[in-house]
Amino acid sequence: MNPALIEKLHELLPRVTGYIYPNEIEIHWGLLIVVYPYITGIVAGAFILASLVKVFNVKEVQPLYRLALLTALAFLLVAPLPLVSHLGHPLRAYEIFLTPQTSSAMAMFGFVYAWYLMVVLLVEIWFDYRKDLIVWSQEETGVMKHVHRVLSLFSRDVSEEALRFDNKALKVITIVGIPSAFLLHGYVGFIFGSIKANPWWSSVLMPIVFLFSAIVSGIALVILLYMIIYPLLGGEIDMKCVDKGMSFLFYAVIVDFSLEFVDFLHRIYQSEEEIKILGQLVMHKIFFSLVIVQVLMGMLFPLGILAAIKIFKRFRETDELRRLLYFVSLILIQGGVFATRWNVVIGGQMFSKSFRGLTTYKMEFGGLEGLLYTLGLLALPLIILAVFLKVLPAWKEFAKPPRGTEA
Amino acid sequence: MMDRRSFLRKLLSSLALSGGILGGFLRVLPAWGQGKEESAGKLWGFGVNADKCIGCARCVVACKTENNVPMEPFFYRTWVERYMIPNEGEAIVTNIHMGLIPEEEAPSTKGILRSFFVPKLCNQCERPPCVQVCPVGATFSTEDGVVLVNEKTCIGCRYCIQACPYGARYLHPETSTADKCTFCYHRLSRDLLPACVEVCPTQARVIGDLHSVASPMTRFKRMNKIFVLKPNLNTEPKVLYANIDGEVR
Repeated sequence: MNPALIEKLHELLPRVTGYIYPNEIEIHWGLLIVVYPYITGIVAGAFILASLVKVFNVKEVQPLYRLALLTALAFLLVAPLPLVSHLGHPLRAYEIFLTPQTSSAMAMFGFVYAWYLMVVLLVEIWFDYRKDLIVWSQEETGVMKHVHRVLSLFSRDVSEEALRFDNKALKVITIVGIPSAFLLHGYVGFIFGSIKANPWWSSVLMPIVFLFSAIVSGIALVILLYMIIYPLLGGEIDMKCVDKGMSFLFYAVIVDFSLEFVDFLHRIYQSEEEIKILGQLVMHKIFFSLVIVQVLMGMLFPLGILAAIKIFKRFRETDELRRLLYFVSLILIQGGVFATRWNVVIGGQMFSKSFRGLTTYKMEFGGLEGLLYTLGLLALPLIILAVFLKVLPAWKEFAKPPRGTEA
Repeated sequence: MMDRRSFLRKLLSSLALSGGILGGFLRVLPAWGQGKEESAGKLWGFGVNADKCIGCARCVVACKTENNVPMEPFFYRTWVERYMIPNEGEAIVTNIHMGLIPEEEAPSTKGILRSFFVPKLCNQCERPPCVQVCPVGATFSTEDGVVLVNEKTCIGCRYCIQACPYGARYLHPETSTADKCTFCYHRLSRDLLPACVEVCPTQARVIGDLHSVASPMTRFKRMNKIFVLKPNLNTEPKVLYANIDGEVR
């Protein structure tokens, strides 16, 4: 028996309002499951941004291309961690691969994940870096020479023909990658959207809403990272690139907002059995995270800023001001998308399936389900990304370290 | 140019591949992938007559004792709800916690038109959403219509708990696996009644073979007008209710 859990549940008892089924007091999917769709969303979104360069030939955002791919990979590597950590039996996680139940959306996770990692991301990154890896390993000395040589899988061919093939392969993989990214995150939405028992989740729009909020969070994070990392490396931010990226982000936020608004309107208008309890949920339980953080701060306010930059000349006059405004909007948008995940996952468990009452979520600080561990999980991809950027520089202009500085 | 032999070979292999994918897809899609053919054996069903229930919750105690359900007010394989229908406004619903937590003061009966008790348990759905979503097949339907959990393979992901529309499942704090009513399958297989049915002083709970003409369930169905919970979700419960109210969810 877990005395801490029992104590926690006793603390929650007085906070229950109305009637809930007695088994419903425990919120089963906590902070970890909020983080999971947030992380996979970033993976999918970052990849979509990368595909803008390769498939849609948006030349301006070329400086973001490699950073987007590496970000996607770093976050993808961390994506299974929150899932495995929250299992009652983490050591049995492999069962999902060995005896998957084909009717279960969750059982498909392993396959979608493996497909995305092996077939899409790793291959795309390899083809994109292949020539550079060969060149670097020829020029370098020391450990990095060998690292790059191994990473290039010992290929040496830098002939015109081989490079042409690389380019062709990249295009094909990206074309395969776009539906795969859609699949990866649409599938996460489906996990929630297909639960008919839960009216807050059960919606055909759920995978699509997830997808667009994923695109929003991915693009926003990559631009944000670019605006932080690039100057740190000593470069000058390419405002043309950021402008273009922000422009795409602007439209993605509009689509995302419209979709969620349609969903909202639809629910209100249909006004089914559960509308009363969902109304109470929104007004009493997740008002702050939904109305304030997600909609006002995470969508409308950044949309206002970006629209102002597009419309009024005065905002475009100096790069300095624009950078600042972009920076603020990017952070707000990130917070908004995280709140979206929170409202879906936690919000969906705070009302009873008897539609008669509400329970409460109490976040822990320590422990596997706690805030500290979650912050660690969110920081981990950034650390991995830092290592990636060291080994696989995203920008050619900084690729060559000054000689003799290597330890 | 491709010669005929290699063309045919490629054609055949691609047909086989796409057939395999399509077949797998069709297997994945339908919820009725879970539906099984009628077996010649028994099909267990359960009847609850709300008019007979006096809310003593002996069933709850018996169940907790029989099935090693923690004696805490957060884990139930079966529980009893009290409904009080007022003259105006929402029904007042409370859970009979049998003293596990300080019992709230019973709502005032002023303005209450009538009240009744509703025992709840796993509905052993014919189309169980919990079985559909279990990623590892640890939750499954038996041939005789009972949904069980294999605690040796359950990974504790709790997807089934989310998918159950009736709140019938919980995560057992000792095993960290999903748990729920099994109709006392271990007792049924030894020709014993489930613990809750055994102890019910008013025979508000009935169990029997839905296939058999002579079973108590057939009599229950003949003598009562039958309801199931949340029929709109198409789960096809095998727990049938008599004399409950539209308020019951």
